[in-house]
Amino acid sequence: MSAIFDYLTQEPVWFYVRLVLFLVGTLAFVGANAAYLVWVERKGAGRFQRRPGPDEAGPWGLLQPPADGIKLMAKQVMTPPGADALLFRLAPALVLMPPMMCLAVIPFGDKLLACDLNIGLLLVFAFGSINVMALMLGGWASRNKYAIISAARVVSQNVAYEIPMLLVVITLLMITGTMNLNEIIHQQAGGFWQWNIVRGIWDFQAGHIGGNILVPVTFLIFYTCMLAETNRAPFDMAEAESELVAGAFTEYAGMGFGVFFMAEYANIVVGCALATLLFLGGWQSPIGTVPAEWGWWGTLLGTGFFFAKMYFLIFCVVWIRWTFPRTQFYNLLNLSWKILIPVSLVTLLLTAGLLKLPNLF
Amino acid sequence: MKALNLIPVGDPADETFTLNLGPQHPATHGVLRVKLVMDGEYITSAQPVIGYIHRMHEKMGENRTWTQYLPNTSRVDYLSAMTYTHAFVGVVERALKIEVPQRAEYIRVITSELNRIASHLVGWGAWVMDLGGFTPILYAFDDREKILDLLEGICGSRLTFCYYRFGGLCNDVDEAFVSGTKAFVPYMRERMKMYKRLVTDNIILRKRLEGIGPVSAEMCRRYGACGPVLRGSGVAYDVRKAEPYSVYKDFDFDIPHYPQGDSMARYLVRMDEIEQSLRIIEQAIAKLPDGPTMGKAPRIVKLPVGDFCYATECARGRLLVRVTSDGKENPYRVRLRTPCFTNLSLFEEASKGMLLADAIAFMGSLDLVIPDIDR
Amino acid sequence: MKTFWEVLLGLKSLFTGLSITIREFFKPTITTHYPRQTETIPARFRGHIQLTQNPDGGASLCIACKSCERACPSACIIVEGVKKTDGPGKTVSEFRLDFGTCSLCGLCIEACPVKPVKAIEFTQRYNLASTTNDYADMDLVQRYKDLQAKKS
Repeated sequence: MSAIFDYLTQEPVWFYVRLVLFLVGTLAFVGANAAYLVWVERKGAGRFQRRPGPDEAGPWGLLQPPADGIKLMAKQVMTPPGADALLFRLAPALVLMPPMMCLAVIPFGDKLLACDLNIGLLLVFAFGSINVMALMLGGWASRNKYAIISAARVVSQNVAYEIPMLLVVITLLMITGTMNLNEIIHQQAGGFWQWNIVRGIWDFQAGHIGGNILVPVTFLIFYTCMLAETNRAPFDMAEAESELVAGAFTEYAGMGFGVFFMAEYANIVVGCALATLLFLGGWQSPIGTVPAEWGWWGTLLGTGFFFAKMYFLIFCVVWIRWTFPRTQFYNLLNLSWKILIPVSLVTLLLTAGLLKLPNLF
Repeated sequence: MKALNLIPVGDPADETFTLNLGPQHPATHGVLRVKLVMDGEYITSAQPVIGYIHRMHEKMGENRTWTQYLPNTSRVDYLSAMTYTHAFVGVVERALKIEVPQRAEYIRVITSELNRIASHLVGWGAWVMDLGGFTPILYAFDDREKILDLLEGICGSRLTFCYYRFGGLCNDVDEAFVSGTKAFVPYMRERMKMYKRLVTDNIILRKRLEGIGPVSAEMCRRYGACGPVLRGSGVAYDVRKAEPYSVYKDFDFDIPHYPQGDSMARYLVRMDEIEQSLRIIEQAIAKLPDGPTMGKAPRIVKLPVGDFCYATECARGRLLVRVTSDGKENPYRVRLRTPCFTNLSLFEEASKGMLLADAIAFMGSLDLVIPDIDR
Repeated sequence: MKTFWEVLLGLKSLFTGLSITIREFFKPTITTHYPRQTETIPARFRGHIQLTQNPDGGASLCIACKSCERACPSACIIVEGVKKTDGPGKTVSEFRLDFGTCSLCGLCIEACPVKPVKAIEFTQRYNLASTTNDYADMDLVQRYKDLQAKKS
């Protein structure tokens, strides 16, 4: 037994073992999240509306997602006639792929990181942009006029909201000075007053203004852009257009639609994980640091903190969806171009100015 | 003979296409079909096609006796059934000069106003749901359950009440109803405050409704629109004040009206009407007189020969019931002039050049109940 | 400057809305989880009609005058009577209700001339779902006899 263990933990075998573990782990994480976030959303929606939510399939409705999965798999998957068969089949896979890849660089715990990239943050945003293309592909390949119009809407919405998101991330980068996600988290060690959302205003460790005194506003802008990027209410006009006509994914039946659905929840997970990392300290504890002597238990505790913060943000996504009506499409774009971009530019300039201020005196 | 194609259709030459909204559609609140000709996102022409739920209520009036027609009146507009029964019962009482006891009149007013609140809650909740807010409708339905429980306690049904009879009511209210209604009024006022903070003041909703679907008073007059649609265009016309019926003269209430004429104005009119209905209920339940609830009415009802009519203010507008009698047991003709029919006719002109999602918001502001249009 | 203020007030309205829904989140559910829980049916509930039980036992109070049959707007009542063997008047031999067309208006009950207790009354049965149409063909005389036997 120990001989097998020694063989597996040696390089170069260890590299491949880690790779397999990571792949399986990510797929399992994404799959479980996509399935059970639906449960969280439906139960949450029920409670906000003062009704039970799914209750019959299993205790507390916990078997509802597998039941829905079986239902979706049992449906007939048809390619509409005249549609581009290759692209039609490819689009769901292309939509599900980016969030999985982004999880490669997101640290779940102290040493629980698949890939310690120096440009981890850049990778996440690069893959996020593939999402936009994949959605357009899905809409276009359906050969359905309304699907194309909906997909084009989704693309314009996503492009409009990527800009303020990147601007606020640049603002954050100016304070952290690195794109390595692991480094960013290590900089937020020490307690919740060291998290970027507070450190921007006043850096307790260094004893001066952290650099971005508007960092709560920055966080709000990032969160709003994340909601718009994942097409969640109140910004889901393009896909709730299905109430009126047909959404971008109308021609997808059964599991094809299921994959788009999973991808939406995977995107939410990645977005909230990123928000936790950048602003709320990732796996850092809110009071002090986890002592190194605790070893693996300490790492697990860190992972627990990370999940607690991430799932709180996901709960807020559900909370926002079930409270507000949908914005009209032009209001959505106005919000991005006329309000969010000017505000993020102001925070960017302010941060740059404040960072340079000590050098002037 | 070549059929005249009077309904415009989409023409690929000028890049327009035809789109069917309904008849199966979550946003049309019933089986309404609207043939839209769209230029991309913009509507160039909208033709409502009605008749999918035509149940021949007016024809049934000719085949039933005056008393047997009462259940029909509840089913024309099932959300504000009390007011429709009131109109029909009123026309027979006016023709036969039947005296209705004061207690019965007061109870009729209370139940009609409770019904109006319930109807507005459904209309409001469904409208906000069309706009994407799925939660307020369930809060509204919780309040509506309380009203329906009150009304179920006195007449046994929750929706198609059939509670009024010629000369009064079918049975008296009990103590539970009086105390329940007294407790309901302050409870509803608190809930209205919550709805204002949750929905009315919400910036997203305001951006969705302000400036959408402006309808001028002159346009309302041309199409015969009435009810909150007319009051949202600045005309303070309410049947309860303009042609007072029953005992509405005894109560002190305002007619909410807003001059802007957009969807937000119609929204605010309905919210304020709930408050005014609560005022009327409060006054009526405080002054509820004792006495009988049934006046003297003939056993076999036969109206004298002639035309008689009676108008009431329903939740959606002015309902006019006009009957023609030839002295027999069955009416010769029952004509129901329903408010939603004329309110819908605004849609064609008002929706020109609108975006589709805005047209859906506008249709919600008209608060249509399709069985009311088709009868 | 005015738009800046509008944006801030708009943001505040969003937070107010969120605070209301989170408060509703922690309140108990309103749903009655049928069929594990049921609601109390009010006394005046309009279920389908049945022949009122005679307080002295014996035959029903119905005198087969067919007033209810004439009063019904949907023509869903069929009443037949036979002459009473012990005394004047008729007693009911057949009382069929076609519940599929009944609109629960109550005009039949109001038309019934029997005093002091009317011969027909509303039941409180609301859960009559069935997979066949047979449930709608109600033999109320048989029902009267079954209920009488169950009471004694």
